[in-house]
Amino acid sequence: WATVYSPIPRGRKKRKNKENKTRTVRANTLLNDHPNPHYANNKIKTTKYTLLSFLPKNLFEQFHRFANVYFVFIALLNFVPVVNAFQPELALAPVVFILSVTAIKDLWEDYRRHRSDTEINHMDCLVYSSMERRYVEKYWKEVQVGDFIRLRCNEILPADVLLLSSSDPDRLCHIETATLDGETNLKQRQVVRSFLDLDCEFDPFKYHSVIECEKPNNDLNRFRGYIVHRSGRRDVLCKENLLLRGCTIRNTEEAVGIVIYAGHETKAMLNNNGPRYKRSKLERQMNVDVFWCVIILLVICSFAAVGHGLWMFQYGDKRPVFDVLSPQGTNLSPIMSAIYLFLTLIIVFQVLIPISLFVSIEIVKICQVYLIHQDMDLYDEETDSHLQCRALNITEDLGQMQYIFSDKTGTLTENKMVFRRCTVAGVEYSHDANARRLAMYQEMDSEEEECMSHGGTLPRRESVTSHQSARVVLRSQSTKSHRRTGSRAEAKRASILSKHTAFSSPMEKDITPDPQLLYKVNECSSQMDFMRFHSQPMSQLSSDLSDIIDFFIALTICNTVVVSSPNQPRHKVRMRFELKSPVKTIEDFIKRFTPSRLTSGSNSSSSSSLITNRSSNKGCSSLLSSPSAESTLTKLHEEQSSHLEPTFSPVPPCYDGKASWNLEEGELRYEAESPDEAALVYAARAYKCSLVGRLPDQVTVELPHLGKLSFELLHTLGFDSTRKRMSVVVKHPLTDQITVYTKGADSVIMDLLKPLDTGNSKGKRQKKIICRTQNYLNLYAADGLRTLCIAKKILSKEEYACWLQCHLEAETAIQGREELLFQSALRLETNLQLLGATGVEDRLQDGVPETVAALRRAGLQIWVLTGDKQETAVNIAYACKLLDPEEEMLTLNADSQEACALLLEESLHYIQAKFLCSSADQAAKAFHTNFVPCEINSSSSLSSHNTSPFLVHRLGLVIDGRTLAYALDKTLEDKFLEVARSCRSVLCCRSTPLQKSMVVKLVRNKLKVMTLAIGDGANDVSMIQVADVGVGISGQEGMQAVMASDFALPRFRYLQKLLLVHGHWCYSRLANMILYFFYKNAMFVALLFWYQFYCGFSGSAMIDQWYLIFFNLMFSAFPQLVTGTLDKDVSAETLQRLPQLYVNGQNSEEYKPYMFWMNMIDAFYQSLVCFFIPYFAYADSDVDLFTWGTPITTLALFTILLHLGIETKTWTWMNWLSIIFSITLFFTVALCYNASCPTCFSPSNPYWTMQRQLQEPLFYLLCLITPVTALLPRYFYRACQVTLLPTPIQVGRQLDKIPADTLKNILSLNRVTTGSQVLPKPEFLSSQPSPKGSNKKNRINVVDAEISEGQQGPVLPNEEGIGPTETEKSLSHLYPELPSETISLPYTKDTTLPLLSDVILSGWITSTPLLINTDRVQLSLLPDGPPQCVRYIKNSEELPSEALQPVNLEQTPP
Amino acid sequence: MMASSYNAKEEDGHHSGSASHGGAAVVKSKKPDNTAFKQQRLPAWQPILTAGTVLPAFFVIGLIFIPIGIGLYVTSNNIKEFEIDYTGVDMNSACYSCAKNFSWNSTTSCLCTVDFTLEQPFESNVFMYYGLSNFYQNHRRYVKSRDDSQLNGDMSALTNPSKECEPYRMSEGLPIAPCGAIANSLFNDTLKLYYLEANGTRNEIPLVKKGIAWWTDKHVKFRNPGGNANLTAVFQGNLTATSKPVNWRNPVYELDQDPENNGFINEDFIVWMRTAALPTFRKLYRIIQKKSSTMPTLPSGKYVLDITYNYPVLSFDGRKRMILSTISWMGGKNPFLGIAYITVGSICFFLGVVLLIIHHKYDTRSTGADIPN
Repeated sequence: WATVYSPIPRGRKKRKNKENKTRTVRANTLLNDHPNPHYANNKIKTTKYTLLSFLPKNLFEQFHRFANVYFVFIALLNFVPVVNAFQPELALAPVVFILSVTAIKDLWEDYRRHRSDTEINHMDCLVYSSMERRYVEKYWKEVQVGDFIRLRCNEILPADVLLLSSSDPDRLCHIETATLDGETNLKQRQVVRSFLDLDCEFDPFKYHSVIECEKPNNDLNRFRGYIVHRSGRRDVLCKENLLLRGCTIRNTEEAVGIVIYAGHETKAMLNNNGPRYKRSKLERQMNVDVFWCVIILLVICSFAAVGHGLWMFQYGDKRPVFDVLSPQGTNLSPIMSAIYLFLTLIIVFQVLIPISLFVSIEIVKICQVYLIHQDMDLYDEETDSHLQCRALNITEDLGQMQYIFSDKTGTLTENKMVFRRCTVAGVEYSHDANARRLAMYQEMDSEEEECMSHGGTLPRRESVTSHQSARVVLRSQSTKSHRRTGSRAEAKRASILSKHTAFSSPMEKDITPDPQLLYKVNECSSQMDFMRFHSQPMSQLSSDLSDIIDFFIALTICNTVVVSSPNQPRHKVRMRFELKSPVKTIEDFIKRFTPSRLTSGSNSSSSSSLITNRSSNKGCSSLLSSPSAESTLTKLHEEQSSHLEPTFSPVPPCYDGKASWNLEEGELRYEAESPDEAALVYAARAYKCSLVGRLPDQVTVELPHLGKLSFELLHTLGFDSTRKRMSVVVKHPLTDQITVYTKGADSVIMDLLKPLDTGNSKGKRQKKIICRTQNYLNLYAADGLRTLCIAKKILSKEEYACWLQCHLEAETAIQGREELLFQSALRLETNLQLLGATGVEDRLQDGVPETVAALRRAGLQIWVLTGDKQETAVNIAYACKLLDPEEEMLTLNADSQEACALLLEESLHYIQAKFLCSSADQAAKAFHTNFVPCEINSSSSLSSHNTSPFLVHRLGLVIDGRTLAYALDKTLEDKFLEVARSCRSVLCCRSTPLQKSMVVKLVRNKLKVMTLAIGDGANDVSMIQVADVGVGISGQEGMQAVMASDFALPRFRYLQKLLLVHGHWCYSRLANMILYFFYKNAMFVALLFWYQFYCGFSGSAMIDQWYLIFFNLMFSAFPQLVTGTLDKDVSAETLQRLPQLYVNGQNSEEYKPYMFWMNMIDAFYQSLVCFFIPYFAYADSDVDLFTWGTPITTLALFTILLHLGIETKTWTWMNWLSIIFSITLFFTVALCYNASCPTCFSPSNPYWTMQRQLQEPLFYLLCLITPVTALLPRYFYRACQVTLLPTPIQVGRQLDKIPADTLKNILSLNRVTTGSQVLPKPEFLSSQPSPKGSNKKNRINVVDAEISEGQQGPVLPNEEGIGPTETEKSLSHLYPELPSETISLPYTKDTTLPLLSDVILSGWITSTPLLINTDRVQLSLLPDGPPQCVRYIKNSEELPSEALQPVNLEQTPP
Repeated sequence: MMASSYNAKEEDGHHSGSASHGGAAVVKSKKPDNTAFKQQRLPAWQPILTAGTVLPAFFVIGLIFIPIGIGLYVTSNNIKEFEIDYTGVDMNSACYSCAKNFSWNSTTSCLCTVDFTLEQPFESNVFMYYGLSNFYQNHRRYVKSRDDSQLNGDMSALTNPSKECEPYRMSEGLPIAPCGAIANSLFNDTLKLYYLEANGTRNEIPLVKKGIAWWTDKHVKFRNPGGNANLTAVFQGNLTATSKPVNWRNPVYELDQDPENNGFINEDFIVWMRTAALPTFRKLYRIIQKKSSTMPTLPSGKYVLDITYNYPVLSFDGRKRMILSTISWMGGKNPFLGIAYITVGSICFFLGVVLLIIHHKYDTRSTGADIPN
């Protein structure tokens, strides 16, 4: 018996052991009972609760919040008879209400999850049924691990499936992973190797293998395992074999797979983590004040308790009749009753801790998020996406940002790569025509409205000798006419089309080839053709030419681009030369383009097709590029274009046959994982070296003259960020050599080049090539281009075999495969031969410079952290106005810890010295400067906008990754921060993701500032997570950044409105609401406190307990919610026009610690009024307790609502409605409550109280005088403060009031407001340790008439911030972004000049251009080693874009 | 036909409607609606509080408040009020001995007489109050110590009063009716007012003891168990036997002879049960009705107040007063509100002037903006 049964437990045990590491999947067809029972099935349940578990679980979760526990504690305290203050059941009401509101919210969310779960669970898929021996439709939730699933094109995968069969002849399956990672390009997945050669259809019944794979994990890019066949053979499984749940099958008619992970164990589900919880700065501040409230509560309770003890004590043993004994009839000692009273009072005064505040904040935030979502300005039509708030509770943090850390690529730039220049074999091809074409795209938008004739002249501005210029003219015109005539719908369609294929806007696709290079390519390929024809060895080709052809082949094949055809966007171009593919549509396409046939139709086709279908430009340009036809063609074109120009009609000519043919046939689409790759492939295609097909083992390239060449693809060593390169190993079809093509960052490739033997001529040539290429690379980088080096290596058969063996071992390893593959790749990529380099431009996104400038003026420090090389980064920084040519730039490049320390020390000294000296110098100068005062002429315009020369310290800091690593060291970080803090902009280049997050963390923790990180790629994720607010750009590089972010934006420029408008609004709304809440509760509780003095501190309340409890929850709840949601202190337009107003939030000016106390004092005053006016009015009368309490409640309500009214800046109908509703609600409830039951509601028993009160004239008289008296000080203070010492926000509000046209006038005069001049903070290197320190004063008279008398010279900010006058000083404090600057205005009170004050107001808005030029310093220690240093010498006349000219290139021998 | 024309019409009128008509082919754009609310552009009134804009408000408030204040002050001054303290603290006061010797345990009443003179005649109805000072009727435990159901005539509450009444719930094994500390401490002095004619005869002034309580209290909140008849039977019945509150001399059914004013609906009792808001309070005791239009209700002259001194207050340093007062539309005599209105009005006016100065000196914006360009 034992022997019979023993196998089962043992087997089970074994499986359990195995379970720890791997999962075993058997097919469900094998056995009748389920072989994989212990794996999760495909039913998903993302809900948190079930019907039964909801209550306990939800309550448990809610009690994690401390406030809730506190309130429940208070409510329970009420059940203790000695201390109870209210009816215990009633006291539970608020807590229950709060808890149930949250619970209902949770329930609703959970229900929505449940509904979407059900929907997903009930989707259909085809599952193989072993009973019926066919595929049957089943719900997703019925799918089990081990099931066979048949997938059809465009179906969504229900689970993680191992691909076993595909209808694709290459046994491939394409999937789109957009839902998973947002990448829109197709990805290829391969059938498991051992099933590759199955010719007939896959039959699940013949499947007898067992799959061993790793446990479910959330790594989308990893899958390891092997499949064990019956024969005992093992095959490796990798991520290429796995189809992930949520992806869509594309381009593949049918595929069959076996389910490996199902339901919650799929990688997609494991990756799904909920929204993050962050606590905003405002909330942290609020919690401090909640804490203060607790202290106040304890203090007043103890005070009252002591008072009660004394009160008891004074009666001694004679107990008065009104001092009731305890229920037991025992006499309480004064001390005991004081202790009991303390607890009672905590219950009575609990309202002081704002119970409803937490709920209200949540509600307001949800509304705010909703409104941000709905903003049309944050909606991107092109991608049909709008801003997403992923974190719901930090909206107000957006209004308090101080530092922005931005990624460069994809964030500031479009991540649309455009091929610009290349250098091959040391020869530079400048692609001037291409550059002009790109310029055209840029101008297109601005010129759209301009008249037609203008367009033709533009390209000719520069007379270029190139014979291509004519075509450029034509092209530019046609593009323009296309834009002009094409309706919006057409444009939209185009954008939708381009959405299907990533990185393929016409701008990226149409590349005008450099004629010289084109000629060489043609020559080269014709020679090769000739040689092939005559079967001469390829080595005879001149090395220049062979480099060129190799260069283009490398561009074409060294990538992972997938080819598809556009008309069926998701259908792969299928052709396998020599092997399969009977129909060669592409060949037809090419045949028609043979040079002989070209000339005939080119005129009509080019002009018309250009208009109708931009993509056909490609065809046109390739026609023209034939060298033989070129000269005649260009002539033709020149004629044609000159002929066309004057009469060019905006109406496109009719389509002719050619055009429609073009549309039909279309062209190939390239789907690339990264935009660089696509750019290079498109570039190569411009030289007629086009990629026409890619299969796992073969790449087909079409070359001029040579036709199609198929390269046998032996290996692809993918790109990774450590190696910074990728390689392909191919067998060259012409030479049969095994060739490695490598493409990578120049810094890496240059180190991997073959050591040169300078002896022979070849070596010399190579050295020259390397030198030159390096030169050009620097030049490219200086132009802001992204550079890539292309290299190749020829392997001998033996070398290859040797490497291959190691590589195969690495590939089949289960443990540490990545590491082994990495090592293997390193072994291969050595001794390379440099072919050339490319420069790819990454264009700035729309509106980036403006946004950067606006954010700058908003007082935000912007740091750019990029992985790009220094020169590129610097140039992009110039282009987006982050660096200013006027400003000095500190460059920190060090290659050792010591050097870095020294460098930092030095720059610190430099800054200090420069700063002190120049400020003194400038101060002296300033006294003698007569500055031109601002004048207002009759047309109310400022005749002069510049007031005085002033000096500001503008410094840019550039630091590279290596130096950054040293600088981030514990010993140096403080120094680094000090240097960085004094710079207006900081640029960290070549930084790794980890460094990015370290920088953010450092700044956040050390400087105690609010940080925002914005980025779009996976490399920004860590930075986004570290920052206080993480913003993801839902751009081209997938969704990882968005997933990690708190807010996701479609474009960088939306950041401006998000921060300046929504951030400001959210902040000021919430700040005001929180303050108001504290005030409201304190005021209400203080009423009760004052009463304690008149009831022997017995804890009695004159306000009915119902009012007491529902006052906060109902009567006064709605208006503040409306105000908290809708109030706008300044209009969106003004906020955007005057980014300076953002400083308000940065300095937390709406909610400063002292404001809490001011509010408390005001609350105490108001409660005194509300208490003592009724007190004296009813003194010594026959009024009873609750009849007296009712008017007090009413008065308190009126006062509190009117207080809100004073604080409300924008009155919409909703505000009115909510206030009217609140008052109506109060009276309705009071009247109903007071009429409902004559005997209930002990002890107040308020029967008919309110009704009687309403008949009393005294009641109305009280209602009139009390709120007025209570609010008089605040009202008066507000009026005086706005008049005498307006804050910038209030000035902004006044600007809002000015009629739009007048305002426009003012602002148009005020050039600088729209300009980009941003002034650094005067607190530069200040002695104050924190940025807060400099803003102690917050209400300063800016627009003081005295200042504008003009008797004061311009003033310089200096370290101590001391200007010649108090006002100046305060000015510089108030507007840290402004240098002390005054505007002189001829001020007369009875001036006839309109809007005088407005112009004065605008004084602080105005800034003036810099008159003093400063020299740039180069502070880089020349390293001893190879890294070379390019010096830039700034010339103050230069424009930003041309600011950097490499003047002195130092070559260092490798 | 109808349908098609309708469709055409719809397409003309509502473009968006037609778009959705287009069917599934039209992908719904995520573009937010351009509504004023969603774009946060609701039409709004944006008041800016500057000296210029708020100063009219100050003047208006001042101008409204000062007349109201004057009116109130005059009204209050026209109210006649007379107050006399009969606690008997002073050696020479009439009730000194009563006050000295009296306690709750005394079984016999102590009588004392106080003479006083009204300088001015009281023209209209005169309200007679008794006032207590330092009596904390608003003490938390005191306020709670009652059973409203019992007072409402609920039989079950009569025999089983609420726990809130502890320790005045049961006495000698019987439930107390009315239970609780408030009832227990019922004010039980009796006041009688005589007009001392010139010839020395005492003319008793008729005091009306009905109508001193709230109508709703008398008729809704307070009810005798089992109706007003046969109170004795109810309060002393076999099943509903009750005990009198410990401090009371007489049981509740002997509060008054008049069955309409006896038991729980005794108005003195009802008035007492309405606990005062502040430790110094007065409660309406009697009303002296105006008899004829020619004669003042209380002509000026000498009066005698006969007091049956039952209520000890000296132990807690309390005071007892008798108050005679006429009332106006705004209640009793209280000059405070009038003064308050005048003061606040004046302050507003003053602040208005200050704002005017500020406005003229500094606030140039509004004048500038008034000039159209």
